[in-house]
Amino acid sequence: MSSSAPRTVVIGLGNPCRGDDAAGAHCVELLRGRVPSQVELLRCREPAALLEPLARAHSAYLIDACRSGAAPGTVQRFDVCAHSLPALPGALSTHGLELAEALELARVLGALPMHCVLYAIEGQSYTVGAPLSAPVRRAVAAVAADILSAH
Amino acid sequence: MASKTIRIEALTRVEGEGAVRLTLRDGRISRAQLRIFEPPRLFEALLRGRSYTEAADITARICGICPVAYQMSAVHAMESALGLQLSAPVRALRRLLYCGEWIESHALHITLLHAPDFLGYASGIEMAREHGDAVRRGLTLKQTGNELVALLGGREVHPVTVRVGGFYRVPSRAQLLALTERLERAREAALATVRWTAQFDFPACDRDYTFLALRHPTEYPFNEGRIVSNRGLDIAPADFEAHVEELQVKHSTALHAQLRAGGAYLTGPLARYNLNFERLAPIAREAALEAGLTRHCTNPFRSIVVRAVEVLHACDEALRIIERYEPPDAADGEYAPRAAMAIAATEAPRGLLYHRYRLAADGTITEARIVPPTSQNQAAIEEDLLRFTAEYLEQPQERLRERCERLVRNHDPCISCATHFLRLEVTGR
Repeated sequence: MSSSAPRTVVIGLGNPCRGDDAAGAHCVELLRGRVPSQVELLRCREPAALLEPLARAHSAYLIDACRSGAAPGTVQRFDVCAHSLPALPGALSTHGLELAEALELARVLGALPMHCVLYAIEGQSYTVGAPLSAPVRRAVAAVAADILSAH
Repeated sequence: MASKTIRIEALTRVEGEGAVRLTLRDGRISRAQLRIFEPPRLFEALLRGRSYTEAADITARICGICPVAYQMSAVHAMESALGLQLSAPVRALRRLLYCGEWIESHALHITLLHAPDFLGYASGIEMAREHGDAVRRGLTLKQTGNELVALLGGREVHPVTVRVGGFYRVPSRAQLLALTERLERAREAALATVRWTAQFDFPACDRDYTFLALRHPTEYPFNEGRIVSNRGLDIAPADFEAHVEELQVKHSTALHAQLRAGGAYLTGPLARYNLNFERLAPIAREAALEAGLTRHCTNPFRSIVVRAVEVLHACDEALRIIERYEPPDAADGEYAPRAAMAIAATEAPRGLLYHRYRLAADGTITEARIVPPTSQNQAAIEEDLLRFTAEYLEQPQERLRERCERLVRNHDPCISCATHFLRLEVTGR
């Protein structure tokens, strides 16, 4: 399971069938073929599944859609190693692990990479089957460019 | 007569929204209510007018952690109505899918929701600071369960491959064999989890429950069997409603259930274990006995050990199924709809899940009834609250609240499923 070389993992979170919730998945697809081979590209629908890839990575980029009330397409960049995520209102499920909980668990278990960034892209619509909205599509391209510039 | 109400608001580490209200009269608890105020889900109504082929995918949406259970009860009901016989490989795959769900659901509850009660932490994350190895082990188990569901079901949550008569897509033998090593590690992790939970301190709280669970002639129950109790009930799933009635109570948006012959009953891991001990895999039986359980366990606090035993069983069973697996020739059978009553009961991680559908000649659902395990367990949970809180009444409210929450969490209720969580309310102290 563990790999000897330091690795980078890019993880797109969210449901690809729910409009702007597909932002993370779209970002991962934009990066496919454009990043060096030691960069692992993953799509993830369940935050609990993040722990294993995070534990084996040296550096991690997470991309997810969010609803904070900002303008659609707004990108918030969080340095997960430096700070806990702010509590998100109304998003608590005790049956699964929320993203903030999964990242806290990773921190407590010493499973956070040295470098871990979360891009939270403000969504506009989460309609089933809908394509990405224009502002989110632009934001996804900007996040992909930001990740590429780091490699 | 002095009367008082104690309220515990917003139960934590359970799924959904509920509360507890204790009513005291002359210093004694006269009534305990598990108050469920999660809004009704109305699934039974929105199934009407839909095709029999859609029930598995619609009902899967009732729950994010036990969607497989809903799919299984739904497709088995339809298959029974249409007279379909599943081929041995399809049947084995259905059981394997259920193994995955039990592993992921139980591993999460044991590790992050229930164990903190025994080790004195407010949350799984807090507990992880000092019990990192146990939490890592639990998460690895959960992940293994998720992978099994994802491989068979197409994705971890709300799988999409199950259809009436079989599967839309089945894995190759090589794909399943690739999971063997991971499952072998999971089986070791499950054994370690049984031993870990066995060391916890269990309050002396035995109770003479009426247990209700499926029983299969040879297997620990997942997908099929007769519904049996420890009081002599032994019925086909089709006779469930002749013996169990659902009741509306004012304090819950989830219907309660009780035996028509009278009284509350408990379904879930404790019931399955007590009614099916000898059908557990040998490794799970041995681990249970080594962990200090006997063939019968009537202490709800020990349900955490029983869940770990069931995870061990599910890992072992999954390995057994994979070892013998040969892909089915065709992923589904031939069938035509007909007017019929479609009934099945399967064992969700939290207990018996009963589905009944009335089908029109073209297969349209004209009536649906779904009785989830948490609905059935509400009355038994209230009896636990009534029986096991008296010595805490004179203690600070925080201790009483903690006790009540523990008594509820012992049964891993899924309130979202049942409404169809916790505030404590005590009246009369």
